[in-house]
Amino acid sequence: MAQQQQHEDEYTHVVPVSLYVGIWAALMVGTLITVLASFAELGIFNIVVALLIATIKGTLVVLFFMHLRYSPKLTMVAVISSIFFLFILFALTMTDYLSRGWATFAGR
Amino acid sequence: MATSTEIQAAERSFQHHFASMEQQRDTATFGMWMFLLTEIMFFGGLFCSYLVYRHTYYTAFVEGSQKMNIILGAINTAVLICSSLSMAMGVRAAQMGKPKLMVILLLITILFGFGFLGIKAVEYHEHWTNHEFPGPNFHFETGDPAHPPTDPTHTEIYFGLYWAMTGLHALHMVIGIGLVTWLVLAGMRGAYSPIYYSPVENVGLYWHFVDLVWIYLFPLLYLISHKHAG
Repeated sequence: MAQQQQHEDEYTHVVPVSLYVGIWAALMVGTLITVLASFAELGIFNIVVALLIATIKGTLVVLFFMHLRYSPKLTMVAVISSIFFLFILFALTMTDYLSRGWATFAGR
Repeated sequence: MATSTEIQAAERSFQHHFASMEQQRDTATFGMWMFLLTEIMFFGGLFCSYLVYRHTYYTAFVEGSQKMNIILGAINTAVLICSSLSMAMGVRAAQMGKPKLMVILLLITILFGFGFLGIKAVEYHEHWTNHEFPGPNFHFETGDPAHPPTDPTHTEIYFGLYWAMTGLHALHMVIGIGLVTWLVLAGMRGAYSPIYYSPVENVGLYWHFVDLVWIYLFPLLYLISHKHAG
């Protein structure tokens, strides 16, 4: 029995309830801060703060609720590379849209 | 601790081409992650078009976002976070070999899921009756005579993205509720044990991913700016 228990622990990580409840509380507080921060006039920083809080919340969900912290390193590499490719999608699209009108050509 | 029936059930679920249960579980979970990464790119296309149009028609997007019900949106965010907690606890119950507790927690998750969709339906109804749906009947007023809409056709693009992004998210919620219902039915038959619970783990990943998408949708669609854009 004890040996089997030990064997199970090698590949399943049971996260304590207190940690899950802690993550839940952090996500709830994060939501409250997002709403309150949106009413502050921060100019361009409104979106920066909103995305920063969302990213912190998302990281907590992925690391703990989705067990990424306790997953094989391969999973971590795959997730980070996916975010990298998402940013390629955003960055290359915006190089087009942001630079339109920068250059002027004869006849236009 | 695994009983003999649990071990028998686990042996039935062990496929011969895997070296061990551990390898089978890691493979299944990695496969689920691969699917979720394609989902990131799927939603990523919508987020990218949101980025382009918000950048181009910022004031029209602010006017559109001011029609959002922030209170209902915030409540729905909280409902989804609670559903993620009950889902995570359900997976934990499966890991620890407590099928009854798992079924109860998954039923709570389904309840939160329906709660989210119900609140979303109230919001959709509100926008629909206000003609805030892109198409021939689209009509947009800011509700403030001092600040007429800058360009309703640009705000129509905001609502197009709003319905597409939240609609695709809601579709994922409906699929998620279906998957959790399947886990509940299988769980009541005693299909899962600490040795074999990959479906519970992987549906859990899907559920949390849908929560993750909403974490970004809420500030981007509801909380752009509260002051007059004009």
